[in-house]
Amino acid sequence: MKKLYKGTIGDFLFDLQIWIFLAIAVLVCVYPFLYVLSVAISSGDAVNRGEVILLPVDLNFDAMKTVLAYKQLWRAYGNTLFYTIVGTVCNVVFTCLAAYPLSRKRFFLRKQLNFLLAFTMYFSGGLIPIYIVVTNLGLYNSRWAMILPALISAYNVMICRSAFESISEELFEEAAIEGANDFFIMTRIAVPLIKPTLAVLTLYYAVARYNDFFSAMLYITDQSKEPLQAFLRRILLQASTEIMQTTSLSMGALSQSTIQVRYVCIVVAVIPIMLVVPLVQKYLVQGTMLGAVKG
Amino acid sequence: MAKNKNKTAYVEKKLPLKKLIYRDRYLLYMMIPVVIFFAVFCYFPMTGLVMAFNRYRIGSGLAGVYNSPFVGLQWFRQFFQSVYFYRLVRNTFLLQFWSLIVGFPIPILFAVAVTQIRRKPVQKTVQVATYLPYFISTVVVCGMINNFLSPSGGIINQLLNRLGVQSINFMNLPEWFRRIYVISGSWQSFGFNSIIFVAAIMGISPDLYEAMRVDGANRRQIIWHLVLPSIKPTIILLLIMTLGSMMSVGFEKVYLLYNTAVYETADVIQTYVYRQGIGTSPPNYSFATAVGLFNSVINFAIVFVANRISRHVSDTAIW
Repeated sequence: MKKLYKGTIGDFLFDLQIWIFLAIAVLVCVYPFLYVLSVAISSGDAVNRGEVILLPVDLNFDAMKTVLAYKQLWRAYGNTLFYTIVGTVCNVVFTCLAAYPLSRKRFFLRKQLNFLLAFTMYFSGGLIPIYIVVTNLGLYNSRWAMILPALISAYNVMICRSAFESISEELFEEAAIEGANDFFIMTRIAVPLIKPTLAVLTLYYAVARYNDFFSAMLYITDQSKEPLQAFLRRILLQASTEIMQTTSLSMGALSQSTIQVRYVCIVVAVIPIMLVVPLVQKYLVQGTMLGAVKG
Repeated sequence: MAKNKNKTAYVEKKLPLKKLIYRDRYLLYMMIPVVIFFAVFCYFPMTGLVMAFNRYRIGSGLAGVYNSPFVGLQWFRQFFQSVYFYRLVRNTFLLQFWSLIVGFPIPILFAVAVTQIRRKPVQKTVQVATYLPYFISTVVVCGMINNFLSPSGGIINQLLNRLGVQSINFMNLPEWFRRIYVISGSWQSFGFNSIIFVAAIMGISPDLYEAMRVDGANRRQIIWHLVLPSIKPTIILLLIMTLGSMMSVGFEKVYLLYNTAVYETADVIQTYVYRQGIGTSPPNYSFATAVGLFNSVINFAIVFVANRISRHVSDTAIW
């Protein structure tokens, strides 16, 4: 007969504790999202009566329809898409441009520039001076204010730099003898070799761009340029009822579904992250290790 | 760093500067946009710190930053003597302190537990589930906290009511702010922060496990006498790095969660700087810059010391 569990009773009890601990950990992480989703697709009455605790009650997509019909949401989504794509591409390109020269051991300014880079990680002008510089550059209410001030992260440059440094020196020497210039070597030889690192950096940059709300709070007041996170802040935290006003609901129905509308917004905002993160899990582990090596 | 010193063979030929520039011209081209970025958005704002020592007039633009009347340490004195000084420093420190106490051990426990799972797909699934909160934006997390804890229709108060407890207006009670901040922060980051410990545990040689099993050790003993000692260097290193951020609270989350009713426990230096410098009309740029500079200097000192210690520890920890 096959035994259900191999090992001593003591080991079994120990395993049981571990399983309970892990089950709680997973539950704590997943439950809030499940609850939000359930509220979002339940009937307003059930939500109001407090019946929705775990799973949806009386499946109903009215709140979902109301939110999805709201134009400002899609405009904000479009803006975020723009900021995320353009911002991330710029981030990665300029990070490579910074990291490659700093990784070349023969570069005569290497030490000095590395120091200038590292120094920015320890000390900054602070919120107000940066704010004054950005606004005086005419970037207030400009889409570039969302892209430029966060163009290069010194920490990510260091990760990228150590990736370039790990490439065999002979490869560079051979290419140089063949007459290739540094620009050619970087784009055709070095960058393809550090693709895994760049994947991690792309992920980190993209998530930061997608989630960025602080730049918008400082520099963007024009609603036609606001990113999704700024829109969400109005709905979720400043209790704006703008979505409700677009529909012809009675006052009673309005108060009923305010919380539902908010939860629908959370669902809409979180879905892209939920789809991407599991796909890039293996890169995540690499990414933290990169940071650790540097740390 | 020591490694680089042995590899400086390239400097052997001392070329004149002109030739160096010519030889490395492509590298220099690449650095042009990079240097411009750091000059404009990092180093130029640093010169703006002179505002902390003068009286900046609104509307005097960039030039006003440099040629406003000098007032010496007036703004610093004003800040140190203000009733908010103690409160801000205390709140900034305590939020980080409790985040460390609560948030630091959980990823270690979780990493030890999750590596006990022998079926890989299960292990991966558990890990992904716990990473997710880390990637959710601060706005959404704060929105969830706010709505879950709301006295009208929030799930937490609904459950409390079912247990016969009166609704609690969590977000408006100063005694709740730190708990909310610390618990939600630990919730968001424990899965992600466990990655590095999981990697350290996976790096332990299977031979060592086998040797302990042959010696008759049970699972608990293996964890106590093999797993935990093996990841001790990682734990110490991360602890020191966390200590380095002791006075830099994430501005966004506090800003999104707090309101005037809970300033007593919630207001931190960064949010105060924001309110003084940008959130009020007319803004008090010079004073806010001075307060921000105070915070930067403290942070710099702490990070510097922490880095020194971690370099020392990690060098010895390897051996």
